[in-house]
Amino acid sequence: MPASADAPAALKRTFPQLLDRPSLDHPAFTAPAADVVGILQHLRDGHRFDFLTDLTAIDNGEEATPRFTGVYHLYSTTEHKYLRLAANCPDDSEPSLPTVTALWPGANWLEREVYDMFGIVFAGHPDLRRILMWDGYPYHPLRKEFPLSGIETTLPDLEVVAETGTRVIAAPMVGGPFVASSGEINLTEAEPRAKDESWNEQSEKPL
Amino acid sequence: MVSSNTEVAYNTKIEGDVVVTRADAVINWIRANSVWPMPMGLACCAIELMATASSRFDIARFGAEVFRFSPRQADCMIVAGTVTYKMAPHLRRIYDQMAEPKWVIAMGACASSGGMYRSYATLQGVDRIVPVDVYISGCPPRPEALLDALIKLQSKMHQDRSAKRLMTA
Repeated sequence: MPASADAPAALKRTFPQLLDRPSLDHPAFTAPAADVVGILQHLRDGHRFDFLTDLTAIDNGEEATPRFTGVYHLYSTTEHKYLRLAANCPDDSEPSLPTVTALWPGANWLEREVYDMFGIVFAGHPDLRRILMWDGYPYHPLRKEFPLSGIETTLPDLEVVAETGTRVIAAPMVGGPFVASSGEINLTEAEPRAKDESWNEQSEKPL
Repeated sequence: MVSSNTEVAYNTKIEGDVVVTRADAVINWIRANSVWPMPMGLACCAIELMATASSRFDIARFGAEVFRFSPRQADCMIVAGTVTYKMAPHLRRIYDQMAEPKWVIAMGACASSGGMYRSYATLQGVDRIVPVDVYISGCPPRPEALLDALIKLQSKMHQDRSAKRLMTA
């Protein structure tokens, strides 16, 4: 079993289709979506990357091609090394990736979250339902075209809607979203608040 | 032969102690001093809610120590935390399962207005889905603020026309 210190070089010899990916911290590669499961299995079994730290995705923008990129963060609990693998989804309108639940059962909920937030379908997933938003929610909130404040739609329970007349509304965004200042010593200043004071309920947002 | 009772005045030795009052005052007094809260703990406010119920702040001093996790046994829902749109219908159904008379305390910024969560996922104020009696500011509010809200709710209960409502119900 090779030590993971030379894992990047050995990996590129084994899989010549891997492309180097710009990274500030750990080794990172881009792989074709079809080869992802095989490469991850090789990393897990051959290079001791036994822990799937995170599975997430990137929306590169509405106009970009490839639009969606799945990202796998691996960690070796024996070698204490990280590695990042990315895979572009071949289809921009109906993005899809193969599931890795067979390699790490923990990928189940991570893939459900990526499906919920980005709409990337994981082929072969045993239970691909939304995990954060409710079943039947019509949007994927982390896509670039989705506004932070949300889009008006109906609540999941139609009986409650009939009783209360309440709908999911776009959140009021006067002054912009609430953000916290990191590294602020004064806790009163660091508290989350709308930072943009140039507009409010009375005056329009300057263009 | 039985002698007739000739006393016109009220005799405490025979009749016992009697206090005359209004029905409203009695009903409201009973209700206000034995509020059974339903802890709707949804986020960090619930930690302050637990502190309020514990020995240091001791909500029992105001008669509201009987926290009931069944809505059927509670009459005051304390919404402590962020209400997401996914949770909102369940919250409404739990409220509907509480028996009348019932009250709602919106504890903290999130329950009152959505708080810092200006986002697609968060209900912008629990008053959009249930009627709220008392709002508490703070993120999260201190236990004293919750006790203050309980006292405010009690004073609101004291103004209720309870007897009339019971008759017409």
